[in-house]
Amino acid sequence: MAIATPVPVRERLERQWAERPGLLGWLTTTDHKRVGLLYFWTTLVLFGAGGAEALLMRTQLSSPNNHVVGPETYDQLFSLHGITMIFFFIIPMTTGAFGNYLIPLMIGARDMAFPRMNALSFWIFLGSAIFLYTSLALGTAPDAGWFDYVPLASRQFAPGRNIDFYCLALIFNGISSSLAASNFIVTILKLRAPDMSLNRVPLFCFAFLAASFGLLFALPALTADAIFLFLDRRVGTHFFDVAHGGSALLWQHLFWIFGHPEVYILIVPAFGIATSIIPAFTQHRVVAFPLVAIAELLVVFIGFGVWAHHMFATGLPTVTLVFFAAASALVIIPSTIQVFAWCLTILSGAARFKTPLLFIVGFILFFVIGGLTGIMFVAIPFDQQVTDTYFVIAHFHYIIFGAAVFPIFGGMYYWFPKLTGRMYFERPGQISFWIIFLGTNLLFFPMHIVGLDGMPRRVYTYPGGLGWGTYNLIETVGGFVTLAGILLLFGNLVWSFFRGMPVGIDPWHGPTLEWTISSPPPEYNFAVIPRVVSAYPNWDPPQRDGEPLVLDVGHEQPVTSPADGVLAEIADMPHESPWPILLAFCLTIVFAMLVIEKFAIAGIALGLCAIVLGAWHWQGAEE
Amino acid sequence: MNALHPASHQARDIASLWWWMLGGSWIGFLLVAGLLGAAWIRRRRAGPSEAVSTRIVVALGVVVPILVIATLFFISDVFVIRTTQAPAANATKLTVRVIGHQWWWEVRYAGTTAVTANEIHIPTRTPVLLQATSADVIHSFWVPELNRKIDTIPGQVNEIELDADTPGVYRGACAEYCGVQHAHMALAVYAQPPAAFRRWLAQQERPAKVSRTAGAALFLDGTCSQCHTIRGTSATGDAGPDLTHLASRATIAALTLANTPADLAAWITRNQEIKPGNRMVDVRISPAHLRALVAYLRSLR
Repeated sequence: MAIATPVPVRERLERQWAERPGLLGWLTTTDHKRVGLLYFWTTLVLFGAGGAEALLMRTQLSSPNNHVVGPETYDQLFSLHGITMIFFFIIPMTTGAFGNYLIPLMIGARDMAFPRMNALSFWIFLGSAIFLYTSLALGTAPDAGWFDYVPLASRQFAPGRNIDFYCLALIFNGISSSLAASNFIVTILKLRAPDMSLNRVPLFCFAFLAASFGLLFALPALTADAIFLFLDRRVGTHFFDVAHGGSALLWQHLFWIFGHPEVYILIVPAFGIATSIIPAFTQHRVVAFPLVAIAELLVVFIGFGVWAHHMFATGLPTVTLVFFAAASALVIIPSTIQVFAWCLTILSGAARFKTPLLFIVGFILFFVIGGLTGIMFVAIPFDQQVTDTYFVIAHFHYIIFGAAVFPIFGGMYYWFPKLTGRMYFERPGQISFWIIFLGTNLLFFPMHIVGLDGMPRRVYTYPGGLGWGTYNLIETVGGFVTLAGILLLFGNLVWSFFRGMPVGIDPWHGPTLEWTISSPPPEYNFAVIPRVVSAYPNWDPPQRDGEPLVLDVGHEQPVTSPADGVLAEIADMPHESPWPILLAFCLTIVFAMLVIEKFAIAGIALGLCAIVLGAWHWQGAEE
Repeated sequence: MNALHPASHQARDIASLWWWMLGGSWIGFLLVAGLLGAAWIRRRRAGPSEAVSTRIVVALGVVVPILVIATLFFISDVFVIRTTQAPAANATKLTVRVIGHQWWWEVRYAGTTAVTANEIHIPTRTPVLLQATSADVIHSFWVPELNRKIDTIPGQVNEIELDADTPGVYRGACAEYCGVQHAHMALAVYAQPPAAFRRWLAQQERPAKVSRTAGAALFLDGTCSQCHTIRGTSATGDAGPDLTHLASRATIAALTLANTPADLAAWITRNQEIKPGNRMVDVRISPAHLRALVAYLRSLR
């Protein structure tokens, strides 16, 4: 539906939206695409770190009584692996990288609703990642697991700084996620192209809306938990101290009130990627669209009522267990709706099984396997039998690696032509899929068996003679096969970046608005603000009625009503700004001083933050 | 320690639940895989219409799951749970108290003076109430062949039932991560015929025989007695396991080593190498004294 725009208009837009060249441009950027790329490269490095931690653990466990790493190192490895993959890879990769880059393009906007806040959330994220990994460099990385149960994480049993790094890194990271989530919510609800009513919003955006609401409501529980723990440890309060009337289980309740919605926050963006790739490769609209959109939102909503199913072995009263088991049973329905909607869409269209769709088929199969073992946890006695064993490790890695990360891989291939203007190499792409698919199954499937055979999770070694050795060796081999496939994937993309065939605007005949603009997109995204009549605007005939909305004076952006997408006003968006990175830097100093208990200096740095924030807004007022 | 080799009616119920769920899961998986396979085979042809597809989504995605999950919920959380939850008050005649420590298990028998560690003896075909708590951090008591697991939480007593069908040794382990030596916190349940169990318990209740050996003097006058109790002597430490009848146990250090003279000697002098970070210290002692000490410990039957 691309509409030709006069050359002078394009030139004027380019001048107005151009950012500073070079490094300074990247440091002060407010362009959602650049922020998305910054997120992408940062989270990719962190994915490498989390993967290296995983492979070190797998090497240690490849045979009984192994001595590759000692127990203290191993404990830091599994704690960091979990924290990294959840908070520093999947969430920032989906919302930060994919969401930032794609959502404004899909809804026909020129930027995020709050461009500077968007940059701020990235720089805070970067600060929190550096903060967390400083702990590893100092040899005091968190070592009580990603869910960090007290009293093990209390000062009495963990006197070092490891757990202080844990608390502060998660509070710090949570600020970034909350900013990003609120930005997405406002962007999706207010910045849509005129006439894009809610029923015309791509399912991708519904998924990110659901994830953002989830983050915004779940994170406060985690932040409160982490603040309580830090106060217990360094100020002497007794929130979790049984000896002084506190409660050890309070930590678990607050943690899982956050932690279970978190699982859906991780997976829902993957649903969004799947519902983007499936229509493109089947040339067919997603069947049961309203059901799927509602299911995406419901899965997160119900996810808030199931937290105690992580605590079935803690001795809660049976009636409590049964209530939470029933709630956990409910959450299965929105998931089954989506699985069958994806399958039926693939069946209904003329499917082209290219690399992105292969990854989505892999994702569906993994999600079904992980989902079926998830359904088993509705059976409380069975949950109590296998919880905290390798069976659970198998279950959630099928979900988190198989179902959340596979669409990320598929999405990298799918949108690669849009980001680079070049096509990846198809055959190595398909081979990379099959290697990763095989490796993932080798890596995680035997964990079901070894878990039922009694292997607890989080053991740095295990005795011979229990029959666990062979399974563990297969898992380790699978880990390295997966690594080989991932290296092939990135090798393909890097090689394609330099040698891939140039492609035009729309190599897939994709359904959504990002396929109507050049590859890579210009800084202003849309020269003419599109008008939308369905959720698949690129498949509709061009909308010619009415005056084209060009908006070529300053950073102009139409603002529409949340439900019906009626044009309400034209907003002038902010330009690039040095304040976000400065504010994030000051905030990093605050957290660095907190961890070494220099509270006075932390207070001064906090004052600096306030000054920077003031300067930011004073500037804003002058514009 | 396989959850699918049940040795009690509780574990058997859970294992049957698993086999039924596995069967159901295969059907669900094959259904989805079949749909995707059909899409692969028919990839050049158009499929069902939107209306038909939506009806299939509602049927397979809403109606069938509700029926299946309601059935599963009813069977497992209304019926099976009755066998695996804590037994009703006064329904059992024997109570074992298990206290989790970093990284071993203290075992006490209610109404007796018997105290042991890591190896729990129970009579067969007798419902036993197991009360679990913790002296430090959260652990989880798990013997998969006998029952589901139960966390041991400081300041809280959790209960499950143990009721072994046949005599045997059932391995268990701590299932909740509890610090650097979580990996070496195993336990064993010895199910014995009731008569043999009663003999064992009576013997465990007795204090240790008085010994005037050099090894006994080393133990009682040295640092050992500050952390370990030997009932009937001046050793009353409570940080480590009760050693009154150490020689009657098959293993030491939460099943990390066999209870042989060589392993005992290795444990006393090099335990930080064997189980790094454990709460005991490496004892510096001359070879002659070590032999005497091990001989004394081996005499504690």
